[in-house]
Amino acid sequence: MSDHKTQHPEEQKLLAGDPDTTGHVWDGIKEFNNPLPRWWLWTFYATIVWGIAYTVMYPAWPLVNGATPGILGFSTRANVAEDIQRFEDMNADIRTRLTEVELAAITPDDNPDLYNYAIQGGAATFATFCSQCHGSGAAGVMAAGYPNLLDDDWLWGGTIDDIHLTITHGIRNTDDPMARYSEMTAFDEILSDEEVASVVQYVRNLSGQDADATLAAAGESVYLDNCAACHMDDGTGDRYLGAPNLTDAIWLYGGSEDAIEHTVRYARFGVMPPWSADASNAGRLSEAEVRAVAVYVHSLGGGE
Amino acid sequence: MLDYVKLLILGLVAVCAAIAANYARDVAYLVHALLIMSAAAITFIYVLRNTGEAKRPVPVDEYMDGPVRAAAIATVFWGVVGFLAGTFIAFQLAYPVLNFHWADGYLNFGRLRPLHTSAVIFAFGGNALLAASFYIVQRTSAARMWGGGLAWFVFWGYQLFILMAATGYLLGSTQGQEYAEPEWLTDLWLTIVWVAFLALYMGTLMKRKEPHIYVANWFLLSFIVTVAMLHVVNNLQIPVSFFGSRSVTVMSGVQNAMTQWWYGHNAVGFFLTAGFLGMMYYFIPKQAERPVYSYKLSIIHFWALIFLYIWAGPHHLHYTALPDWASTLGMVFSIVLWMPSWGGMINGLMTLSGAWDKLRTDPVLRMMVTSVAFYGMSTFEGPMMSIRAVNSLSHYTDWTIGHVHSGALGWNGMITFGMLYYLFPKLWNKQRLYSLRAVSWHYWLATIGIVLYAASMWVTGIMEGLMWREVDAQGFLVNSFADTVAAKFPMYVVRGLGGVLYLTGALIMAWNLYMTVRKSAVRRDVAAAAPAE
Ligand code: HEM
Ligand code: HEM
Repeated sequence: MSDHKTQHPEEQKLLAGDPDTTGHVWDGIKEFNNPLPRWWLWTFYATIVWGIAYTVMYPAWPLVNGATPGILGFSTRANVAEDIQRFEDMNADIRTRLTEVELAAITPDDNPDLYNYAIQGGAATFATFCSQCHGSGAAGVMAAGYPNLLDDDWLWGGTIDDIHLTITHGIRNTDDPMARYSEMTAFDEILSDEEVASVVQYVRNLSGQDADATLAAAGESVYLDNCAACHMDDGTGDRYLGAPNLTDAIWLYGGSEDAIEHTVRYARFGVMPPWSADASNAGRLSEAEVRAVAVYVHSLGGGE
Repeated sequence: MLDYVKLLILGLVAVCAAIAANYARDVAYLVHALLIMSAAAITFIYVLRNTGEAKRPVPVDEYMDGPVRAAAIATVFWGVVGFLAGTFIAFQLAYPVLNFHWADGYLNFGRLRPLHTSAVIFAFGGNALLAASFYIVQRTSAARMWGGGLAWFVFWGYQLFILMAATGYLLGSTQGQEYAEPEWLTDLWLTIVWVAFLALYMGTLMKRKEPHIYVANWFLLSFIVTVAMLHVVNNLQIPVSFFGSRSVTVMSGVQNAMTQWWYGHNAVGFFLTAGFLGMMYYFIPKQAERPVYSYKLSIIHFWALIFLYIWAGPHHLHYTALPDWASTLGMVFSIVLWMPSWGGMINGLMTLSGAWDKLRTDPVLRMMVTSVAFYGMSTFEGPMMSIRAVNSLSHYTDWTIGHVHSGALGWNGMITFGMLYYLFPKLWNKQRLYSLRAVSWHYWLATIGIVLYAASMWVTGIMEGLMWREVDAQGFLVNSFADTVAAKFPMYVVRGLGGVLYLTGALIMAWNLYMTVRKSAVRRDVAAAAPAE
């Protein structure tokens, strides 16, 4: 591939009526001597004048200590604080009532305005803080261990006070000593393979799913010896321990043989953070917000 | 003698890199050390084979076009890679399953996003700027490039930088500063290459045969000088270990954020704007065969542009920990920057006066003009978005992404395509492009692709901005973040399709340029031009 010689190609030809050029030529390229477009220049000046005026009005020029504050006294932080304060003031009364009225009395009949406020505020809080795990529709994430909050199956109780307690302190977290705590045993090292297989069939049977009848029968004694202490003899679970009901079709981690076997062998350990800022350092919600979101969750369909 | 010095240095580098590889504390560093070792070893062998051979005399009266050709090919290659990555991550955002489980930690969105941005800006854009700089500075100086084989060092050195950056991203080596992600080792290497680039450029300008320096060179030089400065200051890092890729920034907190966006904005201002304006100032007058519209305008808008851009960075940090005064200044300088930016657009468009009819017949010129139009559009949109009140809506939303890509796809992409269509026949001594119809196809695919991209991002950007700030009568937020993500889905698909069109256009270009080199008829009139005085 031979390279081009360092030579001038032909100069650009001018047309009749073209303005003057500057007389320079580079590789054939010329330049016209046109003046600056007027509108361009004036708009440029206008932006400069505006810019100077703006810096007089608003905080702008850095000095030794701090900067010129601007004659309008503008401050983004003050604006936000003002905005927040406006809503705080507007809602101050109702927020106080929200923290004072007994939870059970926040109903559409007893306190309609308070109830509406709690539902709206609770929905917003839920969308911001809870939906990441429980889903924006609160239906939970099946098989991932995030419970569905729309049904009437409750691990730790479904009355408004139970729900409030759960939200305040969370579940099995290490941030809040008051968090409700329980731990299922991992039976992998405790039960033999046959025992595991049989108890899995027994649990399948409890919830009315297809199960191997002989194995299930053999599983009964394994169940009663090892599981019934928490899940109860009839398998309906124990809310004081957060032990799930095994007789219904609702599963936190799935009801397939594989999922149940995994649960039996390795146990599960679902964690929910504490939310109340009053109760723990890790909490991020005020008591009013905790109560509002409790009312909201209670209202979703399964509240007791 | 020089060859022996080179061999000594290369040998040392290869050995040191091998030792470093042996002690490497992380995979990214290991890969980088091996890359450096191989590069040094290959160059060593190359130099060794030529040592003692009779040197071909340097053809001082010829332009050095080899590196231009190489950079032009690299531009096409990295363009396709970068657009492919962009299209893929666009679909990852629409369909999260494309974050394949089996490739977790390598090909997920978080790893591929910097790969995309660096591939398009630094690999595609950077090689385009190398090709343009090498070509323009020689032609407008009527001189061969200074520095002997230095241009080859710059070209290959830059490709090595790209490989190090790209492998680093996939292996999780990043310093977490947007557009400045590569860690210290890669940064140091780029610094060396960049200084060589600057020397080469200055050297060539100094031995120019023309009395004055053409405007394209002012822009290209300001780009090279400023990028050197930005790169060094924003990468002030202390390595944690000499044998690991991790490093710690010297600045922290809001100082670091401000430095980062001083860098980020001027990467836009000098890499994607000043450099590409240099490209425009040469290739548009050439392709249109018309003189530049106004010399005065080019001087005024050049100085205004480079003075103002440097101060505009804080508009990336409105409503953050940055003090209000800095944010005001960023906004004011951005708005004053509007007209200086448009000076370039006016000079580009008005250069066509007397040649508007060519737009109908010449799709290459059409591409260049469209590019300038997009430049004008995004430099109007930018100052508007820098207004605090507008930014409170647009910031963090897809509006920014739309703004980026109307500039990037429209302005940087289209002017580069125009340049490549101009350069390939010239560089390979061909009479014409293989197919002008294919250029037309490329033009329309790219244009529609950009429109789909920008329009869908305006819709989602403004929509999510409004949804985020929506509060009910009592001051509660109405939407959760997930609600806004769900609402954006259809527009994400549209954006992905825009990417497919843009990518298809680029593939057609690659084919067309290849066929031009292989099949087009050879030009015989090259030697007929008048000799340089
Ligand atoms: C086929 C064409 C392209 C497609 C489909 C595409 C797609 C994307 C996507 C999906 C993102 C991530 C957006 C997000 O995080 O929400 C992105 C980011 C980005 N792309 Fe592209 N891209 C394309 C071409 C280009 C080109 C040619 C350039 C530059 C020359 C470019 C520059 C960027 C930049 C700078 C960002 C980061 C924007 C920011 O952080 O605000 N892209 N692109
Ligand atoms: C006068 C010219 C321009 C001004 C004043 C300007 C202003 C802005 C503003 C205000 C933002 C949004 C910052 C935020 O809210 O985070 C932005 C983002 C951006 N602009 Fe521009 N723009 C201009 C021209 C351009 C051009 C021509 C391009 C591309 C070629 C471009 C590329 C970008 C990129 C890549 C970002 C995204 C940065 C990021 O967040 O990652 N801008 N610009």
